[in-house]
Amino acid sequence: MSGFIIQRLLQAIVVMAVMSVIVFAGIYSIGNPLEILIPPEATQDVRERTIARFGLDRPVVEQYFYYIRNLLQGDLGRSYIYNEPVLHLISGRLPATIELVLVSVLGALFIGVPLGMLAGYRPDAWSSRIIMAVSILGFSVPTFWVGLILILTFAVELGWLPSGGRGDTAELFGTAWSFLTLNGWSHLVLPAINLALFKLAIMIRLARAGTREVMLGDTVKFARAAGLSEWTIMTRHVLKLISIPIVTVFGLELGSTLAFAVVTETIFSWPGVGKLIIDSIKNLDRPVMMAYLMLTAGLFVTINLVVDLVYALLDPRLRRGGAA
Amino acid sequence: MSDPVMKPLTGDASKAISPWRDLWWRFCEDRVALFAFGVVVLLVLMALFAPLISPQNPYDLSGLSLRDARRPPGFVGSGGYTHVLGTDAQGRDLLSAILYGLRVSLQIGITAGAVALVIGTSIGITAAYARGFVEAILMRIVDLQLSFPPILLALVLVALLGQGQAQLVTALVAAQYAYFARTAFGAASAERSKDYVEAAAATPLSARRIVFRHILPNAMPALIVVATVQIAYAIALEATLSFLGLGLPVTEPSLGMLISNGVKYMMSGRTWMSVYPGIMLIILIVAINMVGDHLRDILNPRLDK
Repeated sequence: MSGFIIQRLLQAIVVMAVMSVIVFAGIYSIGNPLEILIPPEATQDVRERTIARFGLDRPVVEQYFYYIRNLLQGDLGRSYIYNEPVLHLISGRLPATIELVLVSVLGALFIGVPLGMLAGYRPDAWSSRIIMAVSILGFSVPTFWVGLILILTFAVELGWLPSGGRGDTAELFGTAWSFLTLNGWSHLVLPAINLALFKLAIMIRLARAGTREVMLGDTVKFARAAGLSEWTIMTRHVLKLISIPIVTVFGLELGSTLAFAVVTETIFSWPGVGKLIIDSIKNLDRPVMMAYLMLTAGLFVTINLVVDLVYALLDPRLRRGGAA
Repeated sequence: MSDPVMKPLTGDASKAISPWRDLWWRFCEDRVALFAFGVVVLLVLMALFAPLISPQNPYDLSGLSLRDARRPPGFVGSGGYTHVLGTDAQGRDLLSAILYGLRVSLQIGITAGAVALVIGTSIGITAAYARGFVEAILMRIVDLQLSFPPILLALVLVALLGQGQAQLVTALVAAQYAYFARTAFGAASAERSKDYVEAAAATPLSARRIVFRHILPNAMPALIVVATVQIAYAIALEATLSFLGLGLPVTEPSLGMLISNGVKYMMSGRTWMSVYPGIMLIILIVAINMVGDHLRDILNPRLDK
């Protein structure tokens, strides 16, 4: 088992190193940050000093190793636009994104699984057909379009909910959170629905497929024979049996929801990391782009690593074989 | 995966039916899917003949007048005809802009889908045929990429490559080829281990012949399903990138770009500029997805009657 862990860890480190080279080379090759850093009326002397201060006069390879050395010391550089340490910039906006992602994913889980189970329990009922139609729409319709329609309906036409921003926040663990105030919730609900819709569709499909399969099996037959009520069968037995794939997908989707948050945050002006990366792409803010990409890559490598390790725990064949 | 289409049909009379025609017949059994297919065909025709059927050439700036800008549906503009869907911020007839936008969106979606199909299939089949070290390297990269959300990948690539149609297609292909590679690899490696391929490999037949005559045709049905879904996805992804301001240049707007252009007028109640292109986009994507969904069902041997 430890051999397997070491192998996977090494693999993750190699992936991260390769990613850092690709991302650095890619970001290095686009645009000229000098146009942003140095005002056009600056003297030659100021120009040269600025270039030297950011290390832009050195060869690319040297700049890369300089970046990696700082990275390993926890220094991600300073934003060209905000002139703030990138780490500070990102960590300041991370709670907003995490809050949005968690509310969406948990919402999708707690609404999608019961709906999917219902659709799997009575596949031919009209309610099940409606549930499946919603799930197909959730898959097909682009997130940004749903967001626009939500704003148009609930903010512009009906005027029930605000169209953007985070609203009032309250402090918890030294960070501001929207979900602690009523006004915060009113700001949170539309973006959360927007981000949750795609996940909801996945949860419905998974739960439905699982339930349909389990319903045909012996477990349900014996439970019925034992005189258990349908409710008990569904909540005690079926739910337990379908939960393993749902939990796996839930974990994997948590990561991809962070990526999708980019779109939702832009539409609803939610001040999270996603909006930051779009702005920095448009402004060629290299350090922020680099840091965001490395953090996301790190997140995905970590999630994959954990999933691999959990699978190895569950499946002895993977442990013995070493390579999967 | 065994190929459900090539499977011999029961009864002697059906032997003459080609697998593709059989596929078509089975596809037609479902009315809803057939309707969706009709919609897709209609939209493709509309996009192809956009210059003939649209009231105005939206790219001809000399034909536009700012006096006609942001007019609601039904407005009779300086051109002397009714703007059925209103006009956009540049004074373009929205219906014409949508038809041309449909053209751009379809063109990008199909190009990206086709290139991704060729590249992905090549990688998948190469990995399945070569096995060993090549397989390990290629499929490890593919799996790694599959765990990454395609939108993020496309976003980063567009940022790195800059704006333009070729760059956009490259970004979409890079974000999508892995799905084709996985599918082709799955189908091809199942085929590769069958006795007839082993036998063919033992004869002097060239590897190329084995791949093109035996392995590829068997992988084709699964790839077609993936291609349909991925074209729809490419169109949605392009629209999303355009919406985020990272798509095509504004001169020849796609559907996504039209939506994006209209957004800033939405709050003041002039919603038609975003809503109509959006409806067109949704109809397009949902119709393609429904065709893909049904194709998956009839090609899935487990649901075979």
